[in-house]
Amino acid sequence: MDSALIPKGVKRCPTWQFVLWIGAVSGVLLWGVVAMVLIYFKGLNQTNMNNAYGFALWIWADLAVIALGGGAFFTGFLRYLVGKDELKNIVNYAVLVGFCCYVSALMILGFDIGQPLRGWFIFWHANVHSMLTEVAFCLSAYLGVLTIEYIPLILENRQINKVPFFHHLAHNMHEIMAVFAATGAFLSFFHQGSLGGVPGVLFARPFGYRTGVFVWPWTFFLFTWSAAACGPCFTIFITKLTEKIVGKKLVKDNVIELLAKISGWMLTGYIIAKIIDTVYWATVTAPSKGFAFMDFYTNNPGSIYGIWILIAEIGICGVIPAAILITDRGRKSKTALWLAVLLAIIGVCLNRWVMVLQVLAVPVLSFESWFTYFPSWQEIATTILPVALGTIVVSLSYRYLPVFPQERELNPYEPAADDVLEPETQELAEAELKPAQA
Amino acid sequence: MFPFSFEWIWDAGHMVFMGGLWYALTIMGLGVTYCIIKAAVDASGENDGNHH
Amino acid sequence: MKHEKAKKFGMVIDLDKCTGCGTCMVACMAENNVPFREDDTDKLISVAWMRVYRLTNGKPFPHTEECFLPRPCMQCEGHDGHSPCVSVCPATATDYDMSTGIVSQIYTRCFGCRYCMAACPYHVRQFNWWDPLWPEKMTESLNPDVSVRMRGVVEKCSFCIHRYQTATQKANLEGRRELEEDEYQTACTQACPAGAITFGDLNNPGHAVHQMVKPDPNHGGRPKNPKAFRLLERLGTNPKVYYLSSRKWVRRAGDNYIRQEGSQNHS
Ligand code: SF4
Ligand code: SF4
Repeated sequence: MDSALIPKGVKRCPTWQFVLWIGAVSGVLLWGVVAMVLIYFKGLNQTNMNNAYGFALWIWADLAVIALGGGAFFTGFLRYLVGKDELKNIVNYAVLVGFCCYVSALMILGFDIGQPLRGWFIFWHANVHSMLTEVAFCLSAYLGVLTIEYIPLILENRQINKVPFFHHLAHNMHEIMAVFAATGAFLSFFHQGSLGGVPGVLFARPFGYRTGVFVWPWTFFLFTWSAAACGPCFTIFITKLTEKIVGKKLVKDNVIELLAKISGWMLTGYIIAKIIDTVYWATVTAPSKGFAFMDFYTNNPGSIYGIWILIAEIGICGVIPAAILITDRGRKSKTALWLAVLLAIIGVCLNRWVMVLQVLAVPVLSFESWFTYFPSWQEIATTILPVALGTIVVSLSYRYLPVFPQERELNPYEPAADDVLEPETQELAEAELKPAQA
Repeated sequence: MFPFSFEWIWDAGHMVFMGGLWYALTIMGLGVTYCIIKAAVDASGENDGNHH
Repeated sequence: MKHEKAKKFGMVIDLDKCTGCGTCMVACMAENNVPFREDDTDKLISVAWMRVYRLTNGKPFPHTEECFLPRPCMQCEGHDGHSPCVSVCPATATDYDMSTGIVSQIYTRCFGCRYCMAACPYHVRQFNWWDPLWPEKMTESLNPDVSVRMRGVVEKCSFCIHRYQTATQKANLEGRRELEEDEYQTACTQACPAGAITFGDLNNPGHAVHQMVKPDPNHGGRPKNPKAFRLLERLGTNPKVYYLSSRKWVRRAGDNYIRQEGSQNHS
């Protein structure tokens, strides 16, 4: 039914199957929308946040998706600025996934503010010394960059590309993509870092506070670094997941392995830096404020914030994936690669979790005790909402846009009789190939 | 955000921060404008070609 | 116009005198139109600018001791006005006033991101999770000098700044530039039946607060009076609320110490 829109030479599932899939995801989306409406109309009392947990699930989700979406800027950086040409086969998808991540982040930020209609104050009345201001500016601007990077892909849809203007626009945008990628890398460096700065500058919160250079606490650099290391892992993970779902290979192994290798070395560097930072914080920064290292990990209800969390974050989800990804054998083994990217993703999410929630959970006044929190269903639903939205965007893009340049080569396909090209599309067959290669 | 918002001060913080922001936005804006204009020119050139 | 010397309003709370009666809390609620709900039992989601904590020395009977500690906003000066909360607000909705030392809150500009709440270690800042609603007749007894807040913004103790403004205006009308000590007092100070709260200008050696704690200007206002302490002194928040206690365990409860650390608190 929609075969005229599907890129030529590739096979897609039947329309009914696709509609069913989108319908199922839309169900989840709807659940999120209900929660969203509740939150917008009734206010933040719909959440389980309180005066001790001003930041909670949402801010964590923001930090996490932005870290995972870091695959877009770092892959773009490697492809356009460092010149790793093979990555052109995965950069589209990295951009697409990044785009969804950033849309999610902005959506969640929109839920999270008490007076959504005043959201623009963060730009208008900007306090340039606040890390959150920097986050808001760079995040919005970078979403603009991602949109610019995503547009040419949309324009390459078989039907849209027939319009000469769009055809040329896509081509021109590809031509100067390096400029946008550089701007994106610049913006990403700052907002990823500023997100790290958010807990890092809280000098009255000993669990989050870090010393640093000039106005930037060490967490500034650690966050950027971990996003550059783990973002590509997420890109690999989503690519592999897509391959599993659609049941075919979409990106050649050498491309994945290259990205995995770079990611592995970044992760190794990051984990070393993170360990140094943790040791310095535990032995110098925190004690100077009257806290012993173990104060942060003991005496809390149910040991939710036990020392296990640090071991899990740095050891299991940091050192292990790094060790796997830097070895040739690790990258070549399917299971090891899966394990490594999964651990890296969990590790970075865990890091963002402690840097938001544990910061607030730790009692600072000596006569207070640990604070506990569990999100309400409205918070959970609104956090899943953008994930569902992202799934739909990715599904539509995969079906109708030439996202994977290697797909045709990896999956030779003879169109069935009813799918034979109409004469007019044949004319454009060559024209279509060009932008995809650009 | 703009020099005419009343809390604006011409200090290093504002100049570096807002300078960086406007710089990035300008590049993005100019880049997209360039692409659009060039695409329009290319497309009209192609149309002319078809007509002749 | 002669440039007046900057003031630094501060508070001294004598914990030996405080009985924990909570009058300061009530006075504050009434003075500042602080919203409440029918069921306000969950203190983590209710709003109170002044809150009285109960501390114990953790020892079993018969050595158990208790102490009540009223906690307004500390009006932290941090380092050169770099208060924990002011420096982080992305919308400049809270500000450190160098001329009074008071940390203000602009309700109509706050958009409720709650970053300042994460920054304040004293849990002073509170969020309006609900629309403030008063029982019908009560709206008539609201204080006309204090704006009511709306759902979705953060609020906190202002040291009754509206009283300062009123007093200054009155003094100016009378052709005076300086206020007398008793012309500007917070509601809690005046309400405390035990006289445990003292309020005034810490920069003015003639004021009681200055004489009581003797702030050391060379050490960020750290009290020279050995009985005085500030909450979480070690974090560098540089608060302007001082506490007095003759009991060592109370003074030690004001900060965090690593176990082996000898008492760094004045004994
Ligand atoms: S006590 Fe909290 S709200 Fe008050 S000035 Fe200090 S950090 Fe800000
Ligand atoms: S909640 Fe309001 S006052 Fe606090 S940081 Fe956000 S905008 Fe500023």
